[in-house]
Amino acid sequence: MTDVRTYRRGEPVALFVPCFVDVFNPEAARAVVSVLERLAVRVEYPSEQTCCGQPAYNAGHFAPAEELADRFARVFQDYAWIVTPSGSCAAMARAGFAHLSPSSPAASVGARVYDFASFLTGVLGVADVGARFAHRVTFHEGCHALRELGALDASLRLLGAVRDLTLVDLPLADECCGFGGSFSVSFDALSTSMGEAKCDHALSTGAEFLVSGDPSCLLHVGGMLRKRSSALKTLHLAEVLAAT
Amino acid sequence: MSARFDRAAVKQKFREPGAPPVLATSMQRSLDHKRAAQAGVPWEALRDRAHALKADAIANLDILLEQFERRFVERGGRVVWARTADEAADAFLRICQAHGAKSVVKGKSMVSEELRLNERLAAAGIDPVETDLGEFIVQLAGHKPSHVIAPAAHLSARDVGTLFERKLGLEFSDDPQTLSLAARARLRGRYVSAEVGMTGVNFAVAQTGTLIVVENEGNGGLSAAAPRVHVALMGIEKVIRRTADLATFLPLLARSGTGQKITTYTHHFLGPEAGKHQYCIIVDAGRTALLADPATRESLYCIRCGACMNVCPVYRRVGGGAYGSVYPGPIGAVVTPKMVDPAAASVLPFASTLCGACKDECPVKIDLPLQLVHLRRLAVDTAVAGGLLERRAMRMFVRAMSDVRAYSRAVKWLRLTSRVAQRSPWKPGPLGAWMRRRTLPAPAGQTFREWWGSRS
Repeated sequence: MTDVRTYRRGEPVALFVPCFVDVFNPEAARAVVSVLERLAVRVEYPSEQTCCGQPAYNAGHFAPAEELADRFARVFQDYAWIVTPSGSCAAMARAGFAHLSPSSPAASVGARVYDFASFLTGVLGVADVGARFAHRVTFHEGCHALRELGALDASLRLLGAVRDLTLVDLPLADECCGFGGSFSVSFDALSTSMGEAKCDHALSTGAEFLVSGDPSCLLHVGGMLRKRSSALKTLHLAEVLAAT
Repeated sequence: MSARFDRAAVKQKFREPGAPPVLATSMQRSLDHKRAAQAGVPWEALRDRAHALKADAIANLDILLEQFERRFVERGGRVVWARTADEAADAFLRICQAHGAKSVVKGKSMVSEELRLNERLAAAGIDPVETDLGEFIVQLAGHKPSHVIAPAAHLSARDVGTLFERKLGLEFSDDPQTLSLAARARLRGRYVSAEVGMTGVNFAVAQTGTLIVVENEGNGGLSAAAPRVHVALMGIEKVIRRTADLATFLPLLARSGTGQKITTYTHHFLGPEAGKHQYCIIVDAGRTALLADPATRESLYCIRCGACMNVCPVYRRVGGGAYGSVYPGPIGAVVTPKMVDPAAASVLPFASTLCGACKDECPVKIDLPLQLVHLRRLAVDTAVAGGLLERRAMRMFVRAMSDVRAYSRAVKWLRLTSRVAQRSPWKPGPLGAWMRRRTLPAPAGQTFREWWGSRS
């Protein structure tokens, strides 16, 4: 994803931390802060933020989704640049807000939301963030980041520039991990069957870490790996990029 | 539109996916062939062009269908319009009776499945003979087609060998060549003795009044040409403006369906030969309902290649039979509520992760995940899905997310309950569903919000 607008040094960047990252995976958001500050970007965290409304939107509850999209737009309206460590939340803001209401303020604020990888390469124009991570890693891009945001190239370029990192191809990398929000519990057998396949493919690489730009995929696949007591650990892309 | 969708049974099949492993393997093979065949043609440009051509044809459907009818009639054919599947089946039976048909040889057609034509013919004492190899197998087994272009995709060569042994008294073989020759030998004579032949339609050209049928086995051509009467069944969405448009559609269809550069046969039916008859039954059967809603209109662009099913991780696991519909897979989930039964709206659009793989594969660029979300919304708005409990939960969720203090309370509650749930032997509803094969993540000692607050 490249942008027609250009980022000027000193402009503040707002961080959007989805609710489940706030609670279960704050390390990913802290890693985003750490990488951006290393690149001398001023990070702000608007404290009124809550949720982008994706759970309601995906479940077909459009009125509540619109309420939360509007709220998101009010909280972030003053920022030209909004970054989130969640590919699917970024896709919700960029595409979902416009589907809910095409010419709404939410749609125009939503268009300023970036997944972390796309922001680094597409907006800041950086691939090497000065990271070092001496491990064997395989990468899974979440479906929204992969297909709606086209973020895969960005993610791979960033990983490619990490010192001492060995990147191993994930077989059938473009196949969904099976999370799917409420799908993960309403059709749990299907969801975990897809998750099993993802785990098997990740394990077949012999990697120490399964890395993704989407923390919701990691919640699901990581949960399955832990259930198997697997030695394969999950990490957010930002955590790898923050490592030195 | 009669209620034919068994909601409970379908839900069960998605809850306990049971497709045979052969399905996923053969779907992946089809997909690999497709992707290999895409190389060497300007794929994205073709897709864009096909999308635009379909958008134009569907936007001008009324004009193009009537133009097609005029030209088709000028060529000596006869057109029958059918509002419903039952009307279409009635019309088909009337044609059979008028020509004293005792048997009908059938080329491959999904519309025929919508009409439940085999049942209707059998009830009228007319023998329906499926001539497409996959359809022949499925008919013999008493199954329904499980894929729009590979009706027997759910069966292995071994399964077919056993079936032929049992039903046809042949010596067992699991060699595809031997099996298809055996089917061919049984079918040859039927073309000559049948009074009526039936085919589907891939494209109906408004400019010329011609019918285009693509196939690989030669059975479609024989079904159309050997009997004295040819009846073509088509949905209203099959009409295209010009013959030249085929230059866009045919390469896309062959590559997306089977990974071929071109199908073995591309028939242009130009009207009946002297002393013969050609009919075209044009069927609505719920398509105008898809047309009326701008959010589902794109589903009428579908050229029935099956690529969306081939790539779908859900379809691969549940199989075509699970959808309880003539049309399975992502496109089936979109069209079934309006074409078959509104009861499908509470299940099929929800049985997806919205991963979007289908959208990427679709040769005419139908935004299937967007249509699924729209159908979810429609189901919630009309209360066919998202019951009282879910609505209440959604309201609570929005309230918790509408105010930072409420959010903080909700976060505290979530941290506490997720800690308790780790050890609780009682795991109700969604929690139990999550924890059957996954652990619950442990909440971090400090939320990001708390950390941010502590550092400034």
